[in-house]
Amino acid sequence: MTLPKSYLEYPKRNNGMDHNLYNYSNLFKRAPVTWPKNKNVALWITVALEYFPLALNHETTVKSPPFKAPGNMVTPYPDYRTYTAREYGNRVGIYRILKIFDKLGIKASFPTNTVLAKRYPFLIREIAQRDHEFIGHGTDMNALHFGGMDEDVERKQIKSSLKGLRIATGQDVSGWLSPARSESENTLSLLTKNYIQYVCDWANDDMPYLIGQADKLIVMPHTMELDDRQLLVNLGQNEKTWQEQILMAFDFLHRESKVCGGRILHLSLTPSVIGQAWRIKTLHDTLEILMQTGWVWNATGGQIATEWKAQQ
Amino acid sequence: MKADPKLYDYWPYLNRPKITWPGGKKLAFWVAPNIEFYELYPPPNPKRTPWPRPLPDIVPYSYRDHGNRVGHWRLMELMDKFAVRGSVSLSTAICQHHPDIIEACNERNWEFFSHGIYNTRYTYGMSRAQEDAMIKDSIKTVKEATGQRVRGYLAPALTHSEHTIELLAENEIWYSCDLFQDDQPQPLLTKKKSKLISMPYSLEVNDHYAFNVYGQSSGQYADLLKRHFDQLLLEGEESGTVMCIPLHAYLIGRAHRIGTFAEVLDHITRHKDEVWVTTAAEIADYYRDNCYDAALHNISDANRLAAKI
Repeated sequence: MTLPKSYLEYPKRNNGMDHNLYNYSNLFKRAPVTWPKNKNVALWITVALEYFPLALNHETTVKSPPFKAPGNMVTPYPDYRTYTAREYGNRVGIYRILKIFDKLGIKASFPTNTVLAKRYPFLIREIAQRDHEFIGHGTDMNALHFGGMDEDVERKQIKSSLKGLRIATGQDVSGWLSPARSESENTLSLLTKNYIQYVCDWANDDMPYLIGQADKLIVMPHTMELDDRQLLVNLGQNEKTWQEQILMAFDFLHRESKVCGGRILHLSLTPSVIGQAWRIKTLHDTLEILMQTGWVWNATGGQIATEWKAQQ
Repeated sequence: MKADPKLYDYWPYLNRPKITWPGGKKLAFWVAPNIEFYELYPPPNPKRTPWPRPLPDIVPYSYRDHGNRVGHWRLMELMDKFAVRGSVSLSTAICQHHPDIIEACNERNWEFFSHGIYNTRYTYGMSRAQEDAMIKDSIKTVKEATGQRVRGYLAPALTHSEHTIELLAENEIWYSCDLFQDDQPQPLLTKKKSKLISMPYSLEVNDHYAFNVYGQSSGQYADLLKRHFDQLLLEGEESGTVMCIPLHAYLIGRAHRIGTFAEVLDHITRHKDEVWVTTAAEIADYYRDNCYDAALHNISDANRLAAKI
C-alpha cells in the first residue's frame, strides 16, 4: 500500500494559520483591556436552552446529519428517558438557576433554540423580564450546521431561526452559538449577513478576537473546559471537583489580570445537568464566592464583546 | 415519528400549588429496588442486542444474577434496620424463578410494581396488542403471587413504544416511572380518562448512573444522595417534593458499597418529622385524592397564561 504523492506535499506550510479566517496572535503580546469599575475578571455565564426532539429526523431538520449533538437521544425510538431528562432542565432545573441569579444579582446569556423559545413563551418571558441576554442557538438540537451542508438550507436555517428568536424574545440578538458548536464553511458569513456580532463556537482563546471576512465577527472565549456537561457527565467528575477548578481558574485569571489586563472567566451551564437537585447548591456556592470577591465584573456576552471592541 | 410525545404539559417549577404530604411532611421518600431477571438465552430483538458477546455471555449475566443471590438479602436487611419498605420494580418472572424473594418482600409489606416480565424482553417491535398482553401478564402474575394489584410501571429496560403510556391508563395503572421531567408528580395526558400520573423516579441518582456511568465511588454516591435529599427537603417547604432512590442489588449490595449506603438511610430517616417514608403506590394514592385536581387547574392556568404572551 502506498499513499498518493500529494500526501507528502504541504501547500499551506507557511508562517501563520493554515486558513485565512483569522491571524495568529499571542495573547501575551496584546494591548491590555480594562473592564468597567476597574474590575479584573469579567464573569460571563451562558445557560443553554436546548430542545432535543424525540425523533432524530423530524421534518424541520436536514436529513441524515453526519453526527448527533451531545445530549441527544441514545436508545431506539421513542427514547423517553433522554427526552424527558432534557425536559427536566427546561421545566425544573432552569428555575433553580434563575433563582440563584436573582439572589446574587447575576446577568447571564442564554443560547436558545428557536423551537424552544416558541414552545415555552412563559420561560422566555421570565428570562427577558430579568434583562438577561438571548443568544441565537439555531432551530433545535437536530438542526445542525456542518461542513459540506447545502448552503441554501443553512441560509434558511440561520435566517428563520434568528428571525424567530428575535420575535419571541423582543431582543436584537447579537450573539450566536451553533448547536453542538458546529459550523460549516459558510456559517460565519451567513451570521454576519443576519446581523450577528459575536460567535461562541471557537475554543482557541481566553479573550475575544476577530474572525471572518473583513474581521466583522468577534469570537467570544466560550470555554468547554469548565462546561458542566463535559466535566460532570462526560468525565464523571463530582461537583466539588468542578467547583475547585472554577475557583482555581478564577484565582489564576485574577492574578494574571494584574499584569496583562482584564480577563474573562466563562462558565457554560446546562439546566438538565447543573439544575439537578443535588448539584444546584454547588452552583450557588461557587457563584456566591466569585461575586463576593469584589473583583468580578459580571456581564452578558454582548456587553463584554462591546466593551472589548471599544478598546481595540 | 413524533418530535414531541405530548405525554404531559409544560409546567414551570415556579409558584405551583402547595403539596403537603400526610402528617404535614415536606418530602415523600421512597426506595425502588429493581429486582430483575435477565435471561442467559434471550430471544433476539430487532432493535437491541441483549448482551454484547455471543450467547452465553456469562459475565454480564452473572454480574446481575449476583443481586438475587447475594445483594438483595443484604439490602433488605439494611432497609429493615431503618424501617424503610421497598417499592419493588419487578421483572415479574421473578415470581416464578425466585418465589422466596417475593415472599420475603411481601412479608415486609413491600410494594411490587411492574418492570415487565424479563429485563431482556424489550418493548421495541411489539405490536400494541403484544405490549398490552405483556403488561396484563405482569399484573396477573403479581396478583397471583402476592395478592397485590400492581399500580405502577417502569418499562422493561426502559424500552418504550408510542403506546406505552396509553396502555398504562387502560390497565388502571396509577403511576408511571418512565418519565424523568420533574421532581414532583404530574398528571399525564391520555386518551382514556384516568388519573395516571408520572412518579418522580430520580433516574439520575440511580446506582447504575452513579457507579457505571459517572464512575463514582460508594462514598461519593452516598454524599450525592444526601445532598439530593437536603435540596429536595428544602424545596419541599414551598411545595412537597418526591425523592426516590432507584437501586439494583447487584450494584448497591456489593460488600464495598452496602456499608456506605447505610449512612444515606440513616441521614434520611433522622429527618422523619419532615419526611414521609413510604411507597410509590401510597404517594400516588394520596396524590390522586388530594393534589391531582389542583395540579390540573394550575397547569391549565399556566397554559392559558402562556397562550396570551
